Amino acid sequence: MSKKSKVDHGKMTKRQWTWHMMKRYKIGYIMIAPFMLLFFFFTIIPVIASLLVGFTDYNMLEVPNWVWFDNYITLFLDDELFITALQNTMIFAVLVGPASFILSFVVAWFINELSPRTRSIVTLIFYAPSISGGAYTIFGYIFASDSYGLVNGWLLKFGFIDSPILFFTDVKWIMPLCVAIALWMSLGTSFLSFVAGLQGIDRSQFEAAAVDGITNRWQELWYVTLPNMKPQLIFGSVMSITNSFGFGGVVTALAGNPSTDYVAYTISHHIEEYGGARMEIGYSSAISFILFLIMITANSFIVKLLSKVGE
Amino acid sequence: MKKLRTRNHSVVLNRSAGGDAGITFFLVILGVIMFLPLYYTVMQSFKPLDELFYYPPRFYVINPTWDNFSDLFKLMSESWVPFSRYIFNTVFITVAGVFGNLVLSSLCAYALAKVPFPGNGFFFQLIQKSLMFSSSVGGIIVFIIIAKMGWMDNLASIIVPAWCSTLGLYLMKQFMDTNVTTAVLESARLDGASEFRTFWSIAMPMVKPAWLTLIIYSFQGLWNSGASIYIYSEDLKTLNYAMTQVLTAGIARSGASAASGVIMMLVPILVFVVSQSQIIETMGSSGMKD
Repeated sequence: MSKKSKVDHGKMTKRQWTWHMMKRYKIGYIMIAPFMLLFFFFTIIPVIASLLVGFTDYNMLEVPNWVWFDNYITLFLDDELFITALQNTMIFAVLVGPASFILSFVVAWFINELSPRTRSIVTLIFYAPSISGGAYTIFGYIFASDSYGLVNGWLLKFGFIDSPILFFTDVKWIMPLCVAIALWMSLGTSFLSFVAGLQGIDRSQFEAAAVDGITNRWQELWYVTLPNMKPQLIFGSVMSITNSFGFGGVVTALAGNPSTDYVAYTISHHIEEYGGARMEIGYSSAISFILFLIMITANSFIVKLLSKVGE
Repeated sequence: MKKLRTRNHSVVLNRSAGGDAGITFFLVILGVIMFLPLYYTVMQSFKPLDELFYYPPRFYVINPTWDNFSDLFKLMSESWVPFSRYIFNTVFITVAGVFGNLVLSSLCAYALAKVPFPGNGFFFQLIQKSLMFSSSVGGIIVFIIIAKMGWMDNLASIIVPAWCSTLGLYLMKQFMDTNVTTAVLESARLDGASEFRTFWSIAMPMVKPAWLTLIIYSFQGLWNSGASIYIYSEDLKTLNYAMTQVLTAGIARSGASAASGVIMMLVPILVFVVSQSQIIETMGSSGMKD
């Protein structure tokens, strides 16, 4: 809270004081009410509800029964597809999350000393894929499964292969391609945040460091840049991680759902399958809640880790 | 490793020529990789049919043509809903969604940043935590809520949830923390201005970059909204949906597909080009403290 009140509250109990402040600044509650009401409705309540509904066998037709942990037990012991989805989601997140975070930072760091004009053009080039909507569908043509596909065409031409590779149906290729495409699209909000954060560091700090005997970029990065960037790094990591766990739409668009042998089947797909197609609301709520827990845990862990940078 | 000093003796940072070359090399290679797919989309969209099916495929177009674009529009106007209807829906969703999100978020961000009511910090923590999971987590329950509200097959099902998207609010609150000094607000309050008045005529003009950033984030999400599980009437579908629909016919329509890709990416990219410096300014205060 940014402001100290001038009211003498020496004689008031803590509760009286809070009540006094609540009355005095009731306008604050009025101002946040419209947003917060909707936010509770569409974000907070759904999360809490999915925890509760996850303990039932609700299916929209029959009266739900409270089944305690049955859904969770089934998920982990009896649903092989869920384990596959969990594994794939983790693989995506572990590969794409940190890689996109590091890539965003490295690019932002490298372009930091370019002239403002060049920097804004380069920023656009790296940022464009993440905002180009459905532009990733072009990969369907670049990696098309016949000789008119860009990659297959040239591989055939040069004689590396005899017949076209079925990129989005071959289990060997689906996952690596989806990861690569996810990375291509991943220089988004965190990237912009890093670009801005680096610009915001006072140049005199670098000069002071140079006087103090820092001799190369790496030392400068470690002793000056990173500690200054901590808040942006934390924000960027949250953006990257949340993004990498929710991945699923791109897979559906390119490799179909389900993909061959479910190699790129993620938790998002599993939620859709049970919540959308089969209407097993209770079961899919349990899956949703697991995804929620994973995201929150991963984010909190990384935030804790990054807040140690430079300490 | 050389250490340069300029004439006025200010220190010049240590930069090795090898390092500069390595960085430039890395940026060029990576930049080309990032750029090629978008470039190829544009090229494909201008290729005539014989070049689309040329073996081996070319990276560039020899006889550019608008055929793919006119094909796309022809395909889309063949459905029984007039093409303009899809455009109207997308524009309507975007404008209504962005406007609501802007108004509600600004009010909320201002109160969270500058009105010290009890519970202020708790509410902001909630907003910050909400950035740590994607909205898909509550998807099924949201579905039930929307069905119960009677918003099925109604554009409200897309617009209203967009009003409470939290990223824009978060960025605006952080921006206000650093860029709106409490002293300025305090003097307005002492002059007897109401909190709404202070918000509207003092704080809001000071956070224009944050407005713009919020508008752009909100815009990008809504402009790209495609098939929705809530909408089944054809005359309520969006432009993005209509384009993906006509393109499911496969390889024969690869030209038209590229044309639709170009149309969909053109608008967000242009918007970003115009507003880049303001967005970067907003992002300067985006940092998160744990």
